[in-house]
Amino acid sequence: MPVTVKTFASFGEAASAVSSDRGARYLGGGTLVMRALNEGDVSIATVVRATDPALMRIDIASSRVTIGAGVTFARILAERDLAFLHAPARSIGGPAVRNMGTVGGNLFAPNPYGDFTVALLALDATVSVQGGLGARDMPIEEFLQSRERQSGALVLAVSCQRPASADAFRYRKIARIKPKGGSVITLAAHLPSSGGRVSGARIALGSMAATQIRARAAERALEGRPLDGAAISAAASVAAEGVSPADNALGSAWYRREIVGVHLRRLLSGLE
Amino acid sequence: MTKTPLQFRHNGRDVAVFVDGGINLLVALRELIGDMTPKFGCGQGGCGACSVLIDGEVHLSCLTLAETVNGRSIETLDGLKDGPNLHPLQRAFMEQFAAQCGYCTPGMLMAAKALLDRNPSPTRAEVIEAISGNICRCTGYEPIINAVLTAATSGRARA
Repeated sequence: MPVTVKTFASFGEAASAVSSDRGARYLGGGTLVMRALNEGDVSIATVVRATDPALMRIDIASSRVTIGAGVTFARILAERDLAFLHAPARSIGGPAVRNMGTVGGNLFAPNPYGDFTVALLALDATVSVQGGLGARDMPIEEFLQSRERQSGALVLAVSCQRPASADAFRYRKIARIKPKGGSVITLAAHLPSSGGRVSGARIALGSMAATQIRARAAERALEGRPLDGAAISAAASVAAEGVSPADNALGSAWYRREIVGVHLRRLLSGLE
Repeated sequence: MTKTPLQFRHNGRDVAVFVDGGINLLVALRELIGDMTPKFGCGQGGCGACSVLIDGEVHLSCLTLAETVNGRSIETLDGLKDGPNLHPLQRAFMEQFAAQCGYCTPGMLMAAKALLDRNPSPTRAEVIEAISGNICRCTGYEPIINAVLTAATSGRARA
């Protein structure tokens, strides 16, 4: 069934068009919306696009980076200053998907996708959202919890802190097919340290619940301790606390619960 | 439903068509332009059979909204040969028996071309990465990888 395509030069106009039409879907890189159209999703009556250059911006400051929602993973990989995000960007799709898929779209990608969002959740990202009522910034956790109700809102950009060192941010995607495949589990950990002790750890998991979630029990197990074998064992032993994974073709819920601690231990130990 | 005019370069030639809203580039190429070289595999971005180059970068034409390529340059397998002369990649695929059923071959060739255009001397690992989005269900990956490496070598010899 043909759909109406509306293209706007300004992001704000596109946001108004999406919020005022229940059948409207915003088209970013196309890897989610075009797939739905190809499958005959009749809930999409209108496709909204924006050519606003604000969506393509990357701003890199000393402690924070802001990435426009329309920035592709290929562009992330081309930015030397975003090296800490190269591992998650590289773990997504093949080259064609990385040339198309965007940071903003990844926030809406259902399991077993959405790997980049796992990294952003560990980095305590802020999501800039524009809806019919105006723009606001929200913490990524709040955004993910209300994602299903965000249909009338558009994401303009995400921003996150830069890890203090390359070692302070770690990422690992478990896939059955290498170098490309859907996620069995995706893990990311931001481990700031103060005086040799972990301070403000954030551990995020993908494919372990309906949306990307934090492993709060594992974070608590690390807090205030040096990142040694005992702390890592304590964190790994509670990695499955609070998770609610699903069965899919890549792995069963039981299997995911069984292995999440193993992979968290490897991530925290710095093992490949 | 009104149709939208669309103009783009197709293998170096300007083309203009009218498209229905929401159709993908693969449908536009196959049904409106008559270029049957990009294949429909999954329609989901999982197989790479529909790979084409848009402004020199490999994209999945089945996940590309046709209207977004207005004014841009599209390369497909149909434009790879130079008259009667096969492209070094095509010749290498033929000589290395890199095609079995052949359905993935157009996408493989375009993904490989995107790599060699950017990196004329890739390593084996870089070739594997470059075709990682393209699935060969005959599982003939080894001859494909060897063919791309051979084409890179012969391309350098010619240059």
